[in-house]
Amino acid sequence: MSRQNRRCQLLLTTISAFVVGALVPAGAQNSEAQQPPEAIVKKGEYLARAGDCIACHTAPEGKLFAGGRGMPTPFGTLYTSNITPDPETGIGKWTADDFYKTMHDGRFPDGGLLYPAMPFGSYTKVTREDSDAIFAYLKTVPAVRQPDHPHELQFPYNNRSLILGWRTLFFTEGEFQPDPKQSDEWNRGAYLVEGLGHCGMCHTPINALGGSSESKAFQGGLIPMQDWYAPSLTSNKEAGLGDWSIEEISDLLQKGISARGAVYGPMAEVVYNSLQYMTDDDTRAMAVYLKSIAQDEPKPARASVGSQEASLLRSLGKTVYDKQCASCHGAEGEGRPPHYPPLAGNQSIQMESSVNAVRMVLNGGYPPATYKNPMPHGMPPFAVSLSDDEVAAVVSYIRTAWGNRGTPVNAAEANKLRSAPLQ
Amino acid sequence: MFVKTLLLTCCLSFLGLDVGLAQEGKSYPADMADRVQACTPCHGQEGRGTNDPYFPRLAGKPAGYLYNQLEAFKSGRRKYPPMNYLLAFLTDDYLRQFADYFADQHPALPGPPATDASKSVLEHGQALVTQGDLDRAIPACVSCHGGPLTGQSPGIPGLLGLRASYISAQLGGWRYGTRTANAPDCMQLVAGRLTEDDVRAVAAYLAGQPLPTDPVPAPAGSFALPFACGSQPDGGHKP
Repeated sequence: MSRQNRRCQLLLTTISAFVVGALVPAGAQNSEAQQPPEAIVKKGEYLARAGDCIACHTAPEGKLFAGGRGMPTPFGTLYTSNITPDPETGIGKWTADDFYKTMHDGRFPDGGLLYPAMPFGSYTKVTREDSDAIFAYLKTVPAVRQPDHPHELQFPYNNRSLILGWRTLFFTEGEFQPDPKQSDEWNRGAYLVEGLGHCGMCHTPINALGGSSESKAFQGGLIPMQDWYAPSLTSNKEAGLGDWSIEEISDLLQKGISARGAVYGPMAEVVYNSLQYMTDDDTRAMAVYLKSIAQDEPKPARASVGSQEASLLRSLGKTVYDKQCASCHGAEGEGRPPHYPPLAGNQSIQMESSVNAVRMVLNGGYPPATYKNPMPHGMPPFAVSLSDDEVAAVVSYIRTAWGNRGTPVNAAEANKLRSAPLQ
Repeated sequence: MFVKTLLLTCCLSFLGLDVGLAQEGKSYPADMADRVQACTPCHGQEGRGTNDPYFPRLAGKPAGYLYNQLEAFKSGRRKYPPMNYLLAFLTDDYLRQFADYFADQHPALPGPPATDASKSVLEHGQALVTQGDLDRAIPACVSCHGGPLTGQSPGIPGLLGLRASYISAQLGGWRYGTRTANAPDCMQLVAGRLTEDDVRAVAAYLAGQPLPTDPVPAPAGSFALPFACGSQPDGGHKP
């Protein structure tokens, strides 16, 4: 069953452009003609992976970083921009200053405002040196002449000046400030998670204005337009990793599977495009930081199903489970980790939101194929073979059996997710 | 407990390494069936198909054809959201292993289902399948899919053992552009020349044919194709 589902980037599109011009490597104010050292370009490529630029800025079957990926939002569809070095349609005329301004302040070189689908609220924490390296790398990718697709936003959201209001409410500019009381490793992890990793884009609740509040950072939320729930990273009752080992967290991030659970849904894309490329040291640093922000905050579960219905659901659910699920996940939900995740004690099944558990039963899914797990095992989809009642029953069963403390789910809730978007 | 879990994980990962090795002469590991469990609710154990007529059998189809479909679903070129979703984050190497595995499976095939198509419909279907229609530039199915209709490796699938509703859905998909293949997309050209009645007749006739004793596709290059086809880049000539 799915462990964290986070999808950072998708939330929206990026709007615009990343940018940039000639690279000015820190320290050596060079001329445009001077090529940045290969080491800086390599570092930039690595950091661009950490920022998962490719996921949004490359369209399905499109050219690398040429943009054009349509990203549905509650306000309309945004299209990502061309960030190849083409001078007319890409960022070929930008300077390193332009690029930094875009990353750090969410503004185009001409001062225009980016839509916050581009996660500049996170990227603002990226250092100037790292921004310059990413820019140096982007200058080396093949230039593609492809004009940006205009956004399709509904009135009144097509008025960019509204972004000013959004920024006042939700945007705080400023590079990452290390916490001197913490280790270098912790600070490195925090920098990656809060900055380039832009994990908060999904794992922080999004409000009706499309903003997320800093006071609720990493508390989880339903990802708009996708119907996947990005669990809280701060609550051990959800995806909080407080009682996971550093190795288990690292495995989840880098391999996509672990002894405690596997990634599916939007988080599978993040691991596939980004996290699997992180070094062992950086992965470990993120694990150390993520483990530290988790805390227990037990919240009483609210059941939407009456007790009589719940007991019927559980009884049918056990029948379905024994027939369809036990062969892989074990008669007692013990699983066969890491390929068949345990369900007993699995936080992502017991969360207040049952969305991910229902969707995994309906749609199944493969964890991403990664360098460290190139041939993943997959969960079969049961949308065709199980009725709404059976889906609700088996999800109710796994959420409440073996000491799990989730709540039952009814057939209407299961039915609603049959039409959830699958892309 | 923690130490136990850790030990277990280590053991399993070592096991995983063992079973992850390809068997001799095969591109996929011995436990491949476990890795494709996700395919079974719709395509059946070993890809033999299920009673649901919408989902095709996979077993024994040419590996190149299966790979082309998997790759097209992964990239979104062939559109079917449940498949697009499942394959989105798998690698091309792994999809080749899927394809090789299913191509190697030869479970017993079901007999043809009863049909309610009329004699004249079946005759029309037979004519298109075996002779085509020169006046409308429609080639016979057998000219590419082979006299016994078992296909040709690596890219051309057999047409027997499929249900009428699946065949007509695929031909419809090509006519309306929701199913496409590598250019030149020969099936799109052919399907575009068929009428609704043609599709119904071809699907009914094909679905009613008994299965050949040897359902294995003809070897690559065993007969030439009448025109270029992106799925069979060497045109049916010996590579």
